[in-house]
Amino acid sequence: MPLELLINALVSGLLLAGLYAAVSVGISISFGMLDIANLAHPAFVILGSFVAYVANDSLGIDPIVTGIVALPVFFALGAAIYQIYYWSFERRGEEGFRGLAFFFGLLFITEVALILGFGVDYRSVTASYIGPSIRLGYVGIPLRMLVPFVVALLLIGALHWFLTHSFMGRAIQAVSQDREALRLMAVDPVRVKRIAFALAIATTSVGGALLIVIQPVEPSIGREYIGRLFAICVLGGMGSFPGMLVAAMILGVVESVTATFFSPSWAPAVAFGFLLLTLAVRPSGIFGR
Amino acid sequence: MTLDNRQFWLAAAAAVVVIFALSRLVANEFFFFAAYFVLQYIVIATAWNILGGYAGYVNFGTAGFFALGAYSTVVLNKLYGAPMPILILVGGVLSGAVGLAMGYLTLRLRGVFFAIATLALAIVLQTLITNWDFVGGSRGVPIVRPAGVPLIGSYIHYLFLVMLILAAASIAVARMIERSRLGYGLAAIRDDELAAEAAGVPTLRLKLIATTISGALMGMAGAPAPFYVTYVEPASTFSLAFAVNAIAMPLIGGTSRWLGPLLGALFLATVQQVATVTISSALNLLLVGVLLVLFVIVAPNGILGLIDRPPWRKARR
Repeated sequence: MPLELLINALVSGLLLAGLYAAVSVGISISFGMLDIANLAHPAFVILGSFVAYVANDSLGIDPIVTGIVALPVFFALGAAIYQIYYWSFERRGEEGFRGLAFFFGLLFITEVALILGFGVDYRSVTASYIGPSIRLGYVGIPLRMLVPFVVALLLIGALHWFLTHSFMGRAIQAVSQDREALRLMAVDPVRVKRIAFALAIATTSVGGALLIVIQPVEPSIGREYIGRLFAICVLGGMGSFPGMLVAAMILGVVESVTATFFSPSWAPAVAFGFLLLTLAVRPSGIFGR
Repeated sequence: MTLDNRQFWLAAAAAVVVIFALSRLVANEFFFFAAYFVLQYIVIATAWNILGGYAGYVNFGTAGFFALGAYSTVVLNKLYGAPMPILILVGGVLSGAVGLAMGYLTLRLRGVFFAIATLALAIVLQTLITNWDFVGGSRGVPIVRPAGVPLIGSYIHYLFLVMLILAAASIAVARMIERSRLGYGLAAIRDDELAAEAAGVPTLRLKLIATTISGALMGMAGAPAPFYVTYVEPASTFSLAFAVNAIAMPLIGGTSRWLGPLLGALFLATVQQVATVTISSALNLLLVGVLLVLFVIVAPNGILGLIDRPPWRKARR
């Protein structure tokens, strides 16, 4: 019996890792590559969840479809936020101290605004794949976990391809390493960073949709995700996609095993404990350069 | 006129006596509840600024330190029923020790990692408390507020006096740090840590001292809180509102001097008390967030910055 439980916990942990990777990929770009500590990232994930919820609740649209359709809107939002950030902080060289306060304020504003709009109740969506599950032997795979897992891998695969094969993608990878060299290639680093940051925020549209497929969402759960996202980003070695995937798997499995054998109420401490441990012992991450 | 440290402590003590004497004229009990709230935030904002403003290290874990103080009171109260000064002392020592330990783990890294780690610390502590049945777990625990204190009157008057003393003391401590080798060292770290290190400033040690003092003061602010709210539960004790206010107040007031957090706390806490009574408590949190973001963008040096260099005067080149 315990073995059965363990295998089920491992499988659901791996499936959960897909979601974690999908919501962390934006942090890997903004924090890992651009060095912008966007603490408000999880709040935008929750915003994405609520957009999917509203479309699903009032029009009956599939949440994942909403997530993909809303991508350009979130992209524009991200571009606007970067522009404010650039003009107010980065240009003056004050991104460290005041930039952090700015993003923390954004996180708080988004959360309180959602509470004012929707209250503190948990919201969930309906879709054909929420409910049924596939059984392989004694392992149950709920489709509500499997579908987001597949979508997450597609999202990360597409981003990875974009970053490694397109000119803009390579420019994004370059901007974190050497702004001046980029300028010498006649590329405007601010424009590159704006596009990259917008891309990072755009991923929260899909990430949020996946989140609300997997579990009911209320405005303040974004906070729990701050720890998960930064733990995955740091543990994965800041901006490395393979590292991020491995880190997401480790965290997903450990959380899932903890929830199975102890209690789900310990799960937030696992992620943050991981983060503290990583920062204390190996801040460069498992795949650190 | 500049006062030396001893004179400033005496002035702070005199301010406590005068304010408390004046408060005796107020008949309305609500005044004391509102004033306690404002004073508590003066302590928290001043404490935050010792690390955040002087050294430039952002602490998002205010709620964690505050709650450590509050929950140490819950535990001591349940076991022994200790008197207030002991509770404050224990809360301060505990929070200071946790601040020291966390600083030791993360202060070698870049500031942003420290900031994220403080956020993590608050959530780890919240999870521990939520799963600890002795202090009520997620349900929380009621605290009986004593009826009154001899010579002072009702218990809320006593709490008001306690927090008034704490506020005056924390301001005096902050001012003392500002004018000490520690303060100059922290300012050097804030401006350029690498240069400070190269110039022989013991950066890690100074940061650790600042984190410990800052954490201890936050814990001290939290220690009397259970008697103020009379019902302690994790969700509101670890509320993100503490973290946001702790950052917003110094940034809005100005982080360079002790006067900044004091002005910011007076302004923002009063606004919140008024807004809670007249509008709604959710909306006033939104107000704090919006004010924080606005000030950071438009007036990065806060109210003090606006006073030192008014926007209508041309910027010096």
